[in-house]
This record gives sequence, C-alpha cells and structure tokens, in this order.
Amino acid sequence: MMAQELSTQSGREIARGNGATDRAAMVFDPMVDIFERGDTTVIVADMPGVTPDDVDVTLERQILTLSGQIRAHVPDGYRRLSSEYQEGDYKRVFTLSAEVDQSKIKANFRNGVLRLELPRAAEAKPKKISVKAG
Amino acid sequence: MLHTSFAPFGRTDPFVDMHRMQREMNRVFEDFGTSRRTTIYPPVNFWAGPDSIVMSAELPGLTQDDIELTVKDTMISIHGAYPSQDAGDDAVWSRRERPRGTFSRSVELPFHIDPENIDARFENGVLTVEMQRPEDDKPKRIKVKAS
Repeated sequence: MMAQELSTQSGREIARGNGATDRAAMVFDPMVDIFERGDTTVIVADMPGVTPDDVDVTLERQILTLSGQIRAHVPDGYRRLSSEYQEGDYKRVFTLSAEVDQSKIKANFRNGVLRLELPRAAEAKPKKISVKAG
Repeated sequence: MLHTSFAPFGRTDPFVDMHRMQREMNRVFEDFGTSRRTTIYPPVNFWAGPDSIVMSAELPGLTQDDIELTVKDTMISIHGAYPSQDAGDDAVWSRRERPRGTFSRSVELPFHIDPENIDARFENGVLTVEMQRPEDDKPKRIKVKAS
C-alpha cells in the first residue's frame, strides 16, 4: 500500500484561526518517513513544538490528513535576534492506495514525532453472482 | 502452444526483477540525505531577554540523552545522534525525509555567559537553552549628575 501526496504544498501558506484569538501562523509540511512492512504502512512525521493534545489525524476513506498546532518555542517578552528556522503549524495530506483496517490503526506521539501504523484491510471476499440463462 | 523459456538472470522467479528494483530503491534511501551532510545542523533561533540570551532548536524524535550541550566562554556547542531507524530488513521505503545520523555544531555568542546559570529544556522535540550573562560582565548603568 502506497501513500501518495494529495497536494504538494510548496513551502507555506498563511492560515488564519477563527474566534477571538486571531492566530496567524505559517503552515508547513512535516517531514515524513514512509515505509511498508508486509501489509502495514508506517508513516512517521516530525512535528516539533506540538504537544500530544494538539495533534490531529483524520482518515476519510483513503485520504489521510495529519495536522498539528504548535506552542511558541520561546515565551512572550523575548526579542528575536536571529532566525534560521521558522516556527509554524503542520499539515500534510496523503492518499493511501488501499483500504485501511481502521480498527487496527496504531498511532502515538512522542517528543514531537507522530508515528502511524496503518494495516491494510482484509480483501473483501469476492461475491458470486449467479448468471441466469434466458 | 509454443512455450518460451526466458529467464534473463538464470532464474525462474517471475518477480526477480521487481525484487531487484525494490532493493535498489531501498539502497537509495539508505544513504544519508546529501543535503543534511553538507549543511549546518541543527538550524537555531536566537532570542534576547533583558539579561539573557535564548537559543532554540528543533530536534524531533530525540530525548535528553541523545543531546550533548557544552558551553565555554562565548561558545555553545551542541552534539547529538538520531537513533537508527527500526524499520526492519523487510521494509520497503517510499519516502525518507526525516533527519538521521549524527550532528555537531558550535555557535559563537555575542557575549560571555555564566556556565553556572544556564537553563536547558527539551520539550516536544524542541531544545530551548536560556543563558545568563555573568553579573560582572553586564553593562553598568552610569549615573549622570546634573552639575
């Protein structure tokens, strides 16, 4: 089972939050490792700065969406001196090439890394269709 | 029916080509990402407090034990190693973007810091190091008297 990118996000887009807190954050693609072991596809995504509560994984049919919201790396009141990397929220969307057995999905999040194990669903039994003569 | 026997590699396994391609594909992913080796890692951000300087770096997937932080005079150094992937021998890779291997970086700071007064935290894959200036090193406020 392969995981294909649904849309390639070239760099970042500005996303505005809703509600009273107008959160304008950059959104980045998290870096991923994807490999298959037998019938299971494993996706590991780096989302540093995100806590386990702020990670979101949704699977609708074969479309897998990974997203995470960060907490600021440095508290308010500090002045920025130099910047080699940008902080931002994460989002990446994949299309899986096969049905996933949703009841057997394993997901965990530690040290800013999301790990998903997606086992392929058992093949549906072929249905015998009777052909009537005449 | 005329049977033709075609076994280019001297074998009868019809999947030999596919397996060979898979092995070659895995080999591509085995090498260190070329960009990682030649660029400076990890990228760091610097912030300033009233009397302190804060360095932050993203090191997802590491734990405190994987990171080594040393400080001397005006130099702060960070070394570490990403734990090796536990994908298994039968894994077939599709994408390999995450950082791997060892890294080492030294950064020159704009002033001396007090090695006894450093607060280093590692949370959710982000390292934050807050360093204080030594007391006697801080710029002193000079009173201007009206004459």
